[in-house]
Amino acid sequence: MTSVVLSAFLLALREIRRNLMRSFLTVLGIVIGVAAVVTMVTLGNGATRAVSEQISSLGSNLLMVRPGQRLGPGRDSAGAPAFRKADAELLRSQIGGLKEVVPVAGSAVTVVAGNNNWSTTVSGTSNGYLPAGNWQIASGRAFLDDEERAGKAVCIIGATVRRELFGTRNPLGDEIRVKSFACQVVGLLVAKGQGAMGMDQDDTLLMPLATVQRRLTGNQDVSSLMISLHDGADTPAIMARIRSLLRERRKLADNEADNFNVMDTKQIAETLSGTIRTMTGLLGAVAAVSLLVGGIGIMNIMLVSVTERTREIGIRLAIGALEHEVLLQFLIEAVVLSASGGLIGIVLALLACIGLSAVLSMSFLFDPSINLLAFAFSAAIGVIFGYMPAQRAARLDPIEALRHE
Amino acid sequence: MSAADDVPLIRLAGITKTYGEGEVAYQALCGIDLEVNAGEFVAIMGPSGSGKSTAMNILGCLDTPSSGEYLFRGIHVERLGRNQRALLRRHSLGFVFQGFNLLARTSAQENVELPLLYRGEVAPERHAAARRALARVGLNGWETHTPAELSGGQQQRVAIARAIVTQPDVLLADEPTGNLDSKRSHEIMKLLVELNRDQGITILMVTHEPDMADYARRIITFVDGAVASDERRNGKNGASR
Repeated sequence: MTSVVLSAFLLALREIRRNLMRSFLTVLGIVIGVAAVVTMVTLGNGATRAVSEQISSLGSNLLMVRPGQRLGPGRDSAGAPAFRKADAELLRSQIGGLKEVVPVAGSAVTVVAGNNNWSTTVSGTSNGYLPAGNWQIASGRAFLDDEERAGKAVCIIGATVRRELFGTRNPLGDEIRVKSFACQVVGLLVAKGQGAMGMDQDDTLLMPLATVQRRLTGNQDVSSLMISLHDGADTPAIMARIRSLLRERRKLADNEADNFNVMDTKQIAETLSGTIRTMTGLLGAVAAVSLLVGGIGIMNIMLVSVTERTREIGIRLAIGALEHEVLLQFLIEAVVLSASGGLIGIVLALLACIGLSAVLSMSFLFDPSINLLAFAFSAAIGVIFGYMPAQRAARLDPIEALRHE
Repeated sequence: MSAADDVPLIRLAGITKTYGEGEVAYQALCGIDLEVNAGEFVAIMGPSGSGKSTAMNILGCLDTPSSGEYLFRGIHVERLGRNQRALLRRHSLGFVFQGFNLLARTSAQENVELPLLYRGEVAPERHAAARRALARVGLNGWETHTPAELSGGQQQRVAIARAIVTQPDVLLADEPTGNLDSKRSHEIMKLLVELNRDQGITILMVTHEPDMADYARRIITFVDGAVASDERRNGKNGASR
């Protein structure tokens, strides 16, 4: 039996080599299908992981409160009054279950150090920003209490700002110029890498809130409130309480819409990864149709092959081949055909993934299980679509088959 | 083969074969009774449509009779299923066809090995047996050639080597010289006679050429689906019986 299988395998390879062009065209559907499935799933996994990394880099259970209505088209923040530092203190004192309430005043600036300048965003905030935003200090220190209170000119810089301004040089203690004042670098943040939307999270500069308000924006506005919750907190309930408290404080009548919005960043990231999953699934389904078409192509060519080789089948049957041995021979041929298509598809997919992940600057996540699954699936297609032609071959009448021209 | 002493190798009793049904039914064989003993060299003759090929297919266990009994070494072949008949062919019969029926693009060696492959013999034994069989038919040195590279006579020798490589009890030859010129035909016939004489292989051969039938020791003539004559005589070149 094993020698029959082995010889059928060798014969299948020989037949494929003899009809190389035809075999290639036959398996093209499988190649494209497998390549598409593997590429989609691999890239989808990479994207999903990027998003989940983003979720964890945001810190768990983080709420953002901004003035203006919710994000998206028709967003109206112009007329909405900004928050004050007092809003943050009110929320902290009035609502239980909040870990940190951090006011943030943002401002776009150009910073200069030596001959280098760099455009970035300054966030005026407190030390609470670090745990809430899941930031760590790589070297140096956080703000001191009196620096925060007095609004001293000190800053903590992100990895990108450091690279652009100082290269690999240690920036601690150096001064950078922000607008008209000089500001001492006291700390350096640990790099986080790229965010979910492709933005650079490390392109950031932190200063005490009072410093930004007094020296940069010139007002007491706070552009957003960052609220981190304890693990296991009832996020929707807390969001509702924040909303009613802020409506009250901003003196909104019952028929007026919110002039602020509360956003659960984790939820946004989850929605995003859900969207990626849906897209991956959809494209996977399209690829599955391609595999089906590929399978039909295999069946077609196997039927042709059985007809072409009727005489050969007759000879085999006459000299004593059993039905299942002939069946096995053609089944093996179909499987060798479809599985080699699957292999080519996997190789193409890996090349495509390596190329695309470089272009899309996304992490390339090799997942052996999807590759194995795709290969097994392509072999299974050979079995499923090769069975009918193989059975036709096995059931030939040897006398008729020998007479076949 | 001690059984051959009391039971004939092949016994046909009242074999009929009918193709089609009702109005269009055509009776190819109408009641054949025949015994063949081990070691015989039998030529089956007869005009086209006399039923000799049908009889050959039944004798070769490729086809089943419509009625009657076919005993091969005491086994009721007409009661065997498709796969059981395949096993009988595999182990006891060898075939030589008019059109050679070798696998194209496959070396002589591999063609001869094919029956051994289905018997499940291991590669070294297959190779050795195939080389021996090819040597027996005078094709040393031609092992790697494909049928397209061989003459008709050589192709038929490969086919004979394939038929005898399993050391069958019976060799069935359906017009083995039908596609060959006279000189090659006689060479093939001499080879068959030698196999019959030296190895005791029973040979059943269909032919329409009296020249070729002369090599056999027994000539059975079919006419209209029945045995018209069955004569025994001295075959050319000393066939065994």
